[in-house]
Amino acid sequence: MTADERPLVRVRGLRKSFGANVVLDGIDLDVREGEVTVLLGPSGSGKSTLLRCVNHLERPDAGFVEIGGDIVGYRRDGTRLHELRSRSVTRQRADVGMVFQQFNLFPHMTVLENITEAPVAVRGLSRKQAAARARELVARVGLAGREDSYPRQMSGGQQQRVAIARALAMEPRLLLFDEPTSALDPELVGEVLAVMQDLALSGMTMIVVTHEIGFARKVADTVVFLDGGRIIESGAPEDVLTDPRHERARSFLAAVL
Amino acid sequence: MTQHDLSGPATAVPGHPPPDLTKPAPGRGPLHPLDSRPGDGELLAARLVPLRRPGQWISAGVLLVLFAMLVHTLVANDRFQWDVVGRYFLRGSILHGLLLTLWLTAAVMSSGYLLGIGIAAMRLSRNPVLRGLSFGYVWLIRSVPPLVQLLFWYELASLYPRLSVGVPFGPEFAGFGTAHLFSGILAAYVGLTLDVAAFSGEIVRGGILSVDPGQSEAARALGLREGRIFRRIVLPQAMPAIVPASGNLLIGMLKATSIVSVIAVQDLLYSTQLIYNQNFLIMPLLLVATLWYIVLTTLLSIGQYYVERHYARGSNRAGRPPARGLWQVARSNIPLFGRARTDLVGLS
Repeated sequence: MTADERPLVRVRGLRKSFGANVVLDGIDLDVREGEVTVLLGPSGSGKSTLLRCVNHLERPDAGFVEIGGDIVGYRRDGTRLHELRSRSVTRQRADVGMVFQQFNLFPHMTVLENITEAPVAVRGLSRKQAAARARELVARVGLAGREDSYPRQMSGGQQQRVAIARALAMEPRLLLFDEPTSALDPELVGEVLAVMQDLALSGMTMIVVTHEIGFARKVADTVVFLDGGRIIESGAPEDVLTDPRHERARSFLAAVL
Repeated sequence: MTQHDLSGPATAVPGHPPPDLTKPAPGRGPLHPLDSRPGDGELLAARLVPLRRPGQWISAGVLLVLFAMLVHTLVANDRFQWDVVGRYFLRGSILHGLLLTLWLTAAVMSSGYLLGIGIAAMRLSRNPVLRGLSFGYVWLIRSVPPLVQLLFWYELASLYPRLSVGVPFGPEFAGFGTAHLFSGILAAYVGLTLDVAAFSGEIVRGGILSVDPGQSEAARALGLREGRIFRRIVLPQAMPAIVPASGNLLIGMLKATSIVSVIAVQDLLYSTQLIYNQNFLIMPLLLVATLWYIVLTTLLSIGQYYVERHYARGSNRAGRPPARGLWQVARSNIPLFGRARTDLVGLS
């Protein structure tokens, strides 16, 4: 296998339980550079937890996540994996952007401050450089002129687009989306999906948890179907979405379509 | 769905057309012709008279009378000896005491809050030892009256005549006598600081807990370090919850410093006591101290208002803190004459 064919993200044997509740039950997953992977499944199937394990917001009980050849959250020492100090995990996270269901913009900062905070603090950009880049990103998500607004002055769709710009400002190798449109009014969903589709076309590697089947069909390279903490179906969208083999996937799709 | 389907439920309930049907969609007529009844024109032209509230005027009248009685007794009763109050109000020794009260409060509050933030951070940490330590500290300090603590530090020498560094039960490396370690003022500073640390620790902890955990999660996902997340993301958002309680603590501490008079520290209150112990003008001199405390508390309350306004940044849809002066806010909060405000930020 050459370096080019090696996937950017490799998830192997990932397990996670909260108390007696097994949320991830042995997940294996590859995401190649420039690919969009959509995770589908009923609520409680482990999609969000899987996503949170990828940038170590959640610590897996077993298994590992590898991004660009580095094990996330651990340092390998022969037969052992030592958990990394938070400072080292922080360095890994800087390369993985995340967009949340509830946007999680910082309400006490303007749009521009939200976007420039991390590039200045983590990447060491000057305020001026960061602000210039931030303005480009704000324009890219279609919000030019709103740089000095506070998040609460914006609609949910606008806030989520700012959140995407904030994640992009770190120039991540991988973007994670955790149900980015689930908290939005139906009429605002489209503007966020349009920005995401635009990103996918520009070659960004993305893992997206969503219930938007239309988006999965149009944009995804791979659709992964989770149920009960396992991957029960995985493949090209036209296969998984039109002709699911697994009964659980079939009933879920029938319910959401 | 056809128009016929939409009109179904409306016709099923005769005499109760849904209200939105009276506002036809643009470009389309109403589903039913609107009837017009004989009295409608008069109703539309009628003047709207708000509900009268005579109770408010009566209670205001009663209050005014009571207030006038208070003013009268303050002015007419010459045992208040306002001339004496005036004579001593700006006396040098009083102003010295005032200065001591001011800087002792400032010193105690600033070092107390530094410790308090540490106490809160320990209590919220993942480390169970630190959590336990912090809990124990808060429990102990809150259990001991500040006056007792003050006396304890002042009288430390009687408990530990000698303090030394060494191995427990083993050799001693260095030591010194404690007889002159704690002057009154140092005992006051240490005792009150420890007290403030415990209380402010709880205030800060409450503020931090009020911030949505999604905020630090988002900051973590951006690769920010824990220290920066605390300073830039969590603490500014905790401030609206921290400031009012802290204002309370600050004003409380300003007055609580008066207990140092028991260990002969010459603060504002003790300075007046020294004077009335000689001339027996007890009441007027207590009034001098009281008036000064009122002045200081007023200034601090005004300061608190502006601090709260600063941290209200981004917390309303207009984006800016309410563009109204202190006076408008005060006036609109007088229950009788102001409108009830529900949109005020940081005022409770």
